[in-house]
Amino acid sequence: MNTDYLIIGNSAGGIGAAEAIRSTDTTGSLIIVSEEPYPAYSRPLISEYLSHERDIEDMLYRPADFYKKHSIQLFLGKKALSIDTHQKTVKMDSGENIHWKKLLLATGGIPIIPPVKGHDKKGVFSFLSLNDAREIDAFLARGGVKRAVVSGGGLIGVSVSQALRARQIHVTIIEMKDRILNTILDEAASAIAADSVKRGGGSIIVNDTVKEISGNASVREVILNSGEQIQCEMVIMAIGVLPQTELAKSAGIAVNRGITVDRYMMTSKPDIYACGDVAEAYDFIIGSNRLTPLWPNAYIGGRIAGFNMAGAKTEYRGGTAMNSINYFNLSIATAGMVSAPAEENSFETLTKVNNATYRKVIIHDNRIAGLILVGDIDKSGILFGLMRKNIDVTTFKSALLADDFGLAYLPASIRKEQLGETVIN
Amino acid sequence: MGCGICRICCQVSHSNSKDIIKTFKEEASPLPRIRVERKAEVSFVIQCQHCDEPWCVYSCLTGAMQKDPVTGIVSVDSEKCMGCWTCIVACPNGALTRDMVNKSIVKCDLCPDLATPACVANCPNSALAVVDDGIVATKA
Ligand SMILES: Cc1cc2nc3c(=O)[nH]c(=O)nc-3n(C[C@H](O)[C@H](O)[C@H](O)COP(=O)(O)OP(=O)(O)OC[C@H]3O[C@@H](n4cnc5c(N)ncnc54)[C@H](O)[C@@H]3O)c2cc1C
Repeated sequence: MNTDYLIIGNSAGGIGAAEAIRSTDTTGSLIIVSEEPYPAYSRPLISEYLSHERDIEDMLYRPADFYKKHSIQLFLGKKALSIDTHQKTVKMDSGENIHWKKLLLATGGIPIIPPVKGHDKKGVFSFLSLNDAREIDAFLARGGVKRAVVSGGGLIGVSVSQALRARQIHVTIIEMKDRILNTILDEAASAIAADSVKRGGGSIIVNDTVKEISGNASVREVILNSGEQIQCEMVIMAIGVLPQTELAKSAGIAVNRGITVDRYMMTSKPDIYACGDVAEAYDFIIGSNRLTPLWPNAYIGGRIAGFNMAGAKTEYRGGTAMNSINYFNLSIATAGMVSAPAEENSFETLTKVNNATYRKVIIHDNRIAGLILVGDIDKSGILFGLMRKNIDVTTFKSALLADDFGLAYLPASIRKEQLGETVIN
Repeated sequence: MGCGICRICCQVSHSNSKDIIKTFKEEASPLPRIRVERKAEVSFVIQCQHCDEPWCVYSCLTGAMQKDPVTGIVSVDSEKCMGCWTCIVACPNGALTRDMVNKSIVKCDLCPDLATPACVANCPNSALAVVDDGIVATKA
């Protein structure tokens, strides 16, 4: 079987690439393969599936006719086993050997399951795919589940906790570090987030980890490192996600923590590209490659990969951490750095706290290097835009956290560049 | 001059009754899709620019935000929108509005049922115009 373009992974990254390829090359043959049996769906929405707010049809990332409309051949429920970089082929578990001209690895991540004693008991789940959500849902439907322990207080842990609370399950989050959401929030914002989790009926234990899951065949309790025991009928392992790099590694493609890509999203092998959670791509805030496992970065990185695969050379300007957290009735917007590096004095941190809002901007070299807005997040996009465009904010720094901050505060020249002729002030 | 009449007309235009009194007295006033910025002598309005590089579309977690390849109009499917507000962080103009009740974004749709968008048609100072690429602009 031959194809011009082969994409492994049918999610944010794969779709971003497919759309870019089709905007450049409408006739080249394009195959997308996916281990999952569904057309592309919004992975973050598995939480609303579990809470019974949405069904599968309402989770689809693109309309049902998307693949047909774009002449994309879709292989669902099939796994790519190996890549031959010399012959330019990919071997599938269903027997096909697909010969490609350009290949994209958008294989995403796999959940980290630590070697905790008892992790194979009935009632232990991860929360990364629609199938995970369906398994948890089926387990709840059998009845008898009243208490769950969520191991890991990151984005996925908080997201599954909200869904379980909506199902009236008592939830305890166990976080190894000193605060939940510690990779994306500073102490102050994390404390506000923890408050709203608690107000929503969840419990949080920090500075501790799950050491053992006990019970006969099924979960009965977890034992923490501290010795504390928590009775529960279900455990969700949400301590993190690892880039799914086996395919790349076994094909001799350079892998650091993720697959390393250049500014054109190409791997160490010509004609093979990577994007999304599996890739380590350029971060414009730290000025080098790193993992930023987020949906927008997967889509945008995939889009750049797609253009380059189709021959329209396009440089990736880089992404950085950028997140809107919106669980337990709290809105938090973050981007870039969470806190200024402790031993550095070249960073300046501006903060503003009042009632339910908290705002913080980190400045370095006269540019915004990080932001956290809690509560009122409406101006986060303007701030993130200044960050993305690397704009010197010296002359309006004092206004960045003002209640009425807006484009009117920017120097006219910058505003004009951003809005073109639409504001002629 | 920053009078804000465009904002009110935007709300009326997106109400059920299309009547200014009913909009504000009887309906839960629809959210404006336009922001008036004023600072010293500078005043202008900001709404969706229907960008060529629509960061909101690229960043949308559910596929609710889409750019029409033919008209170039960026629109949101409020059924699909989960109210995660990732697009709010993505939009460099702060042009999107959170509808907390319906857990969805609302944004400028250029008033598809009107010949001219309500903000442009009703500006007493004729300061707003629809420019070449179809977006609303503030004139000097
Ligand atoms: C519960 C939850 C909440 C989240 N919330 C947010 C959020 O609020 N904001 C945000 O930005 N991000 C969020 N994320 C992260 C976001 O979903 C990911 O960053 C995004 O899905 C990455 O897209 P991707 O295309 O790189 O890979 P994935 O979405 O991981 O998709 C990879 C696909 O490749 C398939 N695949 C892998 N290997 C093979 C193979 N060998 N053969 C065939 N197919 C293969 C997999 O089965 C999978 O379908 C959340 C994730 C979860 C789980």
